[in-house]
Amino acid sequence: MNHHPAAWGQPLTAHQQFDMYSTNPMGMSAPRSAHSHGPVQNTQWPLVTGTSVIGIKYEGGVMLAADNLASYGSLARFRDIERLHALGTHTILGVAGDMSDFQYLKKELDGLLREEETLTLTDAHPPLSPNNLYTFLANLFYARRNKINPLWNACLVGGWDFKKDESFLGYVDLLGTTYTAPTLATGFGAHIAQPLLREAYEAKAGVDLEGRPGADGRLLTAEEAEAVIDDCMKVLYYRDARSINKYQVARVTKDGVSISESKSSETEWMYAEGLRGYGGQTQ
Amino acid sequence: MSSIGTGYDLSVSTYSPDGRLFQVEYANKAVEAAGVAVGIRCSDGIVLGVERLLHSKLLVKGGNRRIQSVDEHVGLATAGLLADGKHLATRLRDEAYNFRDTYNAPATVQILSDRLSGYVQAYTCYGSVRPFGVSSLVAGVDKTGPRLFCVEPSGVFYGYRACAIGKGKALAKTELEKLIAKEADGGEAITCREAIDEIARIIYLVHDDNKDKDFELEMTWVSTETGGKHRAVPGELQAEAEAKAKAALEEGMEED
Repeated sequence: MNHHPAAWGQPLTAHQQFDMYSTNPMGMSAPRSAHSHGPVQNTQWPLVTGTSVIGIKYEGGVMLAADNLASYGSLARFRDIERLHALGTHTILGVAGDMSDFQYLKKELDGLLREEETLTLTDAHPPLSPNNLYTFLANLFYARRNKINPLWNACLVGGWDFKKDESFLGYVDLLGTTYTAPTLATGFGAHIAQPLLREAYEAKAGVDLEGRPGADGRLLTAEEAEAVIDDCMKVLYYRDARSINKYQVARVTKDGVSISESKSSETEWMYAEGLRGYGGQTQ
Repeated sequence: MSSIGTGYDLSVSTYSPDGRLFQVEYANKAVEAAGVAVGIRCSDGIVLGVERLLHSKLLVKGGNRRIQSVDEHVGLATAGLLADGKHLATRLRDEAYNFRDTYNAPATVQILSDRLSGYVQAYTCYGSVRPFGVSSLVAGVDKTGPRLFCVEPSGVFYGYRACAIGKGKALAKTELEKLIAKEADGGEAITCREAIDEIARIIYLVHDDNKDKDFELEMTWVSTETGGKHRAVPGELQAEAEAKAKAALEEGMEED
């Protein structure tokens, strides 16, 4: 409801009816000082958004992919945004959701890493592991959610864990929900890509392998993993209206992080010619 | 207590009749008692070196370093009370972090030196505090190129081509003057790799074997080779420089 004095006694406009539970008059934000006892409204929805991030573990590393689009609603607004960000030498962060929150996250995490780095000269402690950074992110997201002012993102963290000598892959989102798995995807990708990733992963490395050709309990090779990732990004481009056909793939291995140049999938739209009921065709 | 300062040296908030602040001068004494620290501004970066005096044979080798990082591109070498030096480094790290937070850009070495000098100077204005017993070399490479500053206990800071602080700084400075004479005449500045050798030589030269305790040489640099980051000088480079320094020292003795 609009509680601003200017609106008293006025009939509700169409906009105000739509904005039923917004506590702020248009163009004004609630003062947040201790003197005012008015209600406070935080972020209610993300504005400029990135879509799915997908990730899979493979033999000797982990691979993440995300496209280069930041949408403004349904508008494909920014087409050269990099949503994969290296954190130090052996961790990669892939972010979906609000891009300004992602920029804030980048700044925060880079500051943290820089501070750690400056201390290593006088205090020879090991660098922050992927697991350390993942835990930090999880705590940050959960703390912000408890302040009812979440960072509107879903993230994948991939990295190489030197202690366990294996790759790391974890998910954390705006609620502070965390889970790890050998294949992960955020948002729409969790519906579209995750089954494809799992199928490929489990066909080779999963449980219940008997009778499956090529299944030997080992992880996918880097080439196989990239093929699956490419396939998933193509399917996502076909199915996800907030995606574009331009994406990057990041790998983390023992040797460090590498993020690829942007690339595109070969797509086929001829079948659309045969569809009826959409677009401008006359029957 | 020296009779000159009597009555006027109890507080930094009291001048002596001839306009001196004795507490600040005493702080300089603390600096002069510490192992020498040398910094050189080179054509491709900066190099810092410190003579770390070992007060006990039980100390961990290579530990308790005196050169600290302030930001990824800036190093801080202090001479004087080590704990004061650590505090100043922490403060300067906060300033560097704050600058990045505000301007989304790395702070220049001059700005950091300015901030540090302001902080140090504030400790010369109040009777309730003691001035810092350290001189600091703030060195790094920023968008304006390699920069080297020295912040003194009084709060003044000057930019240098090369600088030495601590015990034996006079001898070190004459050596540095010879070194940069070429650059001062409009020639090329020396490179970081040359400076590593020179700093090692100077510190070994300045070190007084008879009077001083044992020492460890500590060197860091910011150069094109480190990608503009403040890093310890690689072990093999430093070992090479130390070997040369020892050889030069023995040669010098034979000549005497």
